[in-house]
Amino acid sequence: MAEIRLQNLAHSYSATPSGPEDYAIREMSHIWEQGGAYALLGPSGCGKSTLLNIISGLLSPSEGKVMFDSTVVNDMSPEQRNIAQVFQFPVVYDTMTVYDNLAFPLRNQGMDEKKIQIKVGEIADVLDLQPLLKKKAKNLTADEKQKVSMGRGLVRDDVSAILFDEPLTVIDPHLKWKLRRKLKQIHEQFNITMVYVTHDQLEASTFADKIAVMYGGQIVQFGTPRELFEKPHHTFVGYFIGSPGMNLIDVTPQPGGVGFGDIHLPLSEGLQQRLAATQWSTLKVGIRPEFVHLWDGPYDDAMCAEVTYIEDLGTYKIITLKLAGQLLKVRVPEDKPLPQGQAWISFPGQWLMLYADDYLLEASPANEVPHE
Amino acid sequence: MSKVQNNKAWWLVMPVFLLVAFSAIIPMMTVVNYSVQDIFDQSSRYFVGTDWFRQVLQDPRLHDSLLRQFIYSACVLLIEIPLGIAIALTMPTKGRWSSLCLIVMTIPLLIPFNVVGTIWQIFGRGDIGLLGWFLNNVLGISYNYAANASDAWVTVLIIDVWHWTSLVALLAYSGLRAIPDVYYQAARIDRASSWAVFRHIQLPKMKSVLLIAVMLRFMDSFMIYTEPFVLTGGGPGNSTTFLSQTLTTMALGQFDLGPAAAFSLVYFLIILLVSWVFYTAMTHGEKN
Repeated sequence: MAEIRLQNLAHSYSATPSGPEDYAIREMSHIWEQGGAYALLGPSGCGKSTLLNIISGLLSPSEGKVMFDSTVVNDMSPEQRNIAQVFQFPVVYDTMTVYDNLAFPLRNQGMDEKKIQIKVGEIADVLDLQPLLKKKAKNLTADEKQKVSMGRGLVRDDVSAILFDEPLTVIDPHLKWKLRRKLKQIHEQFNITMVYVTHDQLEASTFADKIAVMYGGQIVQFGTPRELFEKPHHTFVGYFIGSPGMNLIDVTPQPGGVGFGDIHLPLSEGLQQRLAATQWSTLKVGIRPEFVHLWDGPYDDAMCAEVTYIEDLGTYKIITLKLAGQLLKVRVPEDKPLPQGQAWISFPGQWLMLYADDYLLEASPANEVPHE
Repeated sequence: MSKVQNNKAWWLVMPVFLLVAFSAIIPMMTVVNYSVQDIFDQSSRYFVGTDWFRQVLQDPRLHDSLLRQFIYSACVLLIEIPLGIAIALTMPTKGRWSSLCLIVMTIPLLIPFNVVGTIWQIFGRGDIGLLGWFLNNVLGISYNYAANASDAWVTVLIIDVWHWTSLVALLAYSGLRAIPDVYYQAARIDRASSWAVFRHIQLPKMKSVLLIAVMLRFMDSFMIYTEPFVLTGGGPGNSTTFLSQTLTTMALGQFDLGPAAAFSLVYFLIILLVSWVFYTAMTHGEKN
C-alpha cells in the first residue's frame, strides 16, 4: 500500500529525443493517493500504457522520478515494487489449473500452502471462479482467462497498487458491467490503490472516483467525472468526454468579450483582464450541448440559429444548429418542444468556457467556484 | 432434418488419393510383394507366406543393430533437444548478432551427409586430423575411431549432434520468438523465477515446435546411414552398423531381397509406431 508520486516524469522511446514530439510521456508530475480508485482515460496512443508500465516498473522512465511513499523506485524491478498489473489480453499459465494459476504469485512469495488455499478461495468466490478451479487454464474461454489474469493480480492483497491496462477489452458487454462492479467491490473491501487504463469514458466514470485524462503524452486534467464534464481544462477533455462532445468555436477578441461572425459573447471583467494578459495563437469558446439554453420562442437576448438536422436518440434528441456559419449541437430532453426552422438560443455565462491554445482560461484561481 | 446424400464429393478426394497411391502405396506394395514371395527371376517365384518375416525377426544380427539403433537415437534426442533449447534460450533476440547467430546456426544444416562424414573422418584421424591429433598428442587421450568401438560410436554421435542440433535450436528459437512480451511481463509481476518462466511459459509455448523437432530428429537418427558408413563402414566390428546399413547389406550385398523386403516393412512399422508414441505422449493432456 502506497501513495504513488510521479515527479517531473518524462519518457521517450528514442535514445536521443530532439523535441517534445519524440516523447511518449511529456514532463509531468502527478500523485495517486493511497487507496484511491483512479482511471487513466485517453485515446489510443496517448501514452496511457507507457505511463502504466513506468509505474509498474516494466519500463524505466528516461527522465524524472517515480516514488512510492517516500522511496524512489526508478531502479526497482516490478518484483521489488510489489505491484500487480492486469494486461489487456489475458495471460494464463496454460499448463496449470485455474487454482495453480491463482496460487502462483503467492507460491512465488513463499506463502504457506494453507494460507494460499484460503486466499485463492476468497478470490475465486469474488470472481465466480469456484467451479473452474480444477480445470486446466488452457481450456478456458477468453473472459474466463481474463478473470484468472485479474485474479492473479487481486489475490495478493499486500500490493502497493493494482494496475489495469484495459482489462475488459476481450470481455462480453454484459460481463463487463459485472466485472467492473466486482473491481469496485474489491476496491472497497481491500482499500488498495487501483489505476485503471481505458479509452471508454463510461468505463472510467463507473469505476473511478477520479479520472486523469491523457492526451498527447500529458495528463491534461485530473478530476472527478463531474469536474471533467462541467469544467474541462482542455479542449480535448471537452471533446472526449460527453456524448456528443463539447461545441468548440473559434473566436476573436472584441471589446467587452469575444465574438465570431456577427455574434458577440460578453465576458466577465476578470476573464477579460486575464485574456488581455495572455499570449495565445488560437482562441476558442466551448459549451456543452447539454448547457446550450433553448428558448421556446424569440427572445431579446437570445441568438437566432438555423436548425439543420435533428437526431432522435430515444431518451433525448440532438439538434444541429447553424449559428453565424458555425455548426453547433444542442442536446434536448425528449419532452421539450422542437424548434421549427429557427431556434432561439443563449449560452449561460457559467457554462461558457474560454480556451486559449486549447487550455482553459479562468478569471483568477481565487474566484473559482468550488465543486463538490 | 434429413441430410442430403451426395457421394459425388468423394471424387474431390481422388487427386490426393492418386498422389498418395503413387508416392507411397504402390512402391510399398512392391515391397510387400517381395516380402511374401521368393523371387528368382520373372518366371520362377514361390509364395512363402510369413517365412521371411519369421526369419528376420529371429536374426540375431538384426536384434543387435536394432538395439544399437535405439540406444543411438535415444542418445541423439537426449543430447540434441536439451542442447538445442539451451542454445535457443541464450541466442540474442534482436540486432545484428541475432542475424549472425542464425546464419552460423544454419551452416551445418546445409552440408550434405557424406561431406559431413568425410569432414569428421579426416578431422578425427590421429595422424593428420586436428581433433585426433590434439586428443592423442596434447591431451594424451588415446582416441582411434578406426580401432576402438566406443570411440567410433561416440564419434558418430558427435557428428549427428554437430550436424543437427542447429535444427532443434532454430525450431526452439522460432517458438520462443512467438511468445508475446506480455507473458514475460506478467511473469515478472507475479515474481516468477527464471526456472518458473521456463517451466510454465517458455516450455509449454515451445511444445508444438519441439514436437516437430523430436519427431524429425528421431526419424532421421533412426535412419542414419551415410555418416557411419563414410567414417568406418559400420565398424570396427559391427559397433556402428545401424539398421539402414544392415538392410543395405542384406538387400544389395547379399541380394536377399525377400528378407530385406520383410525387414523394410518391420523397420517402417517401428518408425511409425515410435513416432505415434511420441506424438500421443506429447499431445496428451491437451484434452481433459
